[in-house]
Amino acid sequence: MAIEQFPVEASHILMFARSIGDPNPIYADRSYAEGTEVGGVIAPPTFVQASAQFDDEYPLRPKPGQPWFGSGKEPTGIKRESSGGGGGGGGLHAEQHYEYHQPLKAGEVLTATAKPGKTWEKEGRRAGKLVFSESIVEYRNPAGELVVTARGVGVRTERPVDS
Amino acid sequence: MALSSNDISIGQTFEQVLVEDLKRTQLVQYAGASGDYNPLHTDEVFAKEVAGYPTVFAHGMLTMGMTGKLLTDTLGDGMLVRYGGRFTSQVFPGDTLTAQATVESMDTEDGAAVVNLTVATSNQDGVVVFSGSATGRLDA
Repeated sequence: MAIEQFPVEASHILMFARSIGDPNPIYADRSYAEGTEVGGVIAPPTFVQASAQFDDEYPLRPKPGQPWFGSGKEPTGIKRESSGGGGGGGGLHAEQHYEYHQPLKAGEVLTATAKPGKTWEKEGRRAGKLVFSESIVEYRNPAGELVVTARGVGVRTERPVDS
Repeated sequence: MALSSNDISIGQTFEQVLVEDLKRTQLVQYAGASGDYNPLHTDEVFAKEVAGYPTVFAHGMLTMGMTGKLLTDTLGDGMLVRYGGRFTSQVFPGDTLTAQATVESMDTEDGAAVVNLTVATSNQDGVVVFSGSATGRLDA
């Protein structure tokens, strides 16, 4: 995954903050935010996850004219290979870690570049064989400075997790 | 607004109820804002009949995002240095989530005073759904 332009916009921050139930005015009220130490609207700590909106290849967004695995007439729009199906949507999110190098401000346009990380396997008690894979995404500002580093770990399971 | 090292002590815990009776609509809201439209989170028919789950369940990142509110409310805005963790159990509609952050240690990083916290978010049955850690700058 590589994102050439991830515009960090105030209205997107507002919607994201609403979705996580955070009414902090630093995410919503420009005049309030300008009077604070950070000096303007900033994004919540997990906001860079929403860079998926600007990833042309992102697989978890329906695209016009392309098959989609969610339900329509049938429970799924795609007959999947016998992958075990437990993850359903191509695996589950196991871990996420962020490093913040500077506050992420509304109005910035970032780039994101991903580097593959390690892959490893584990025998799970509840879901059979688990295959973990790591990816590291660097978010940089136009000056090339790191703003956020994100390390995610995904897992594919043999069976649904019965928690 | 930011926290100072005088305000805190090792072992001190900050706690917040993040959501009561989580609604499916909030999962839709998070899908739209984050761009993660995996039908496991919003499509009951798919989640049950294709993926084999009892119903839709929350994005791990929704739980982590909600948990982040405890951290930013505690530390102040723009003070987080690191934040991460593991998704240890699934979150379903109807769940009530409570987050706790506990002061593990205080330190200096790049000349700034920081606090290291452990973070755990649990559901109404006491099951930990997200477990991790965070580091934040303190006021001088």
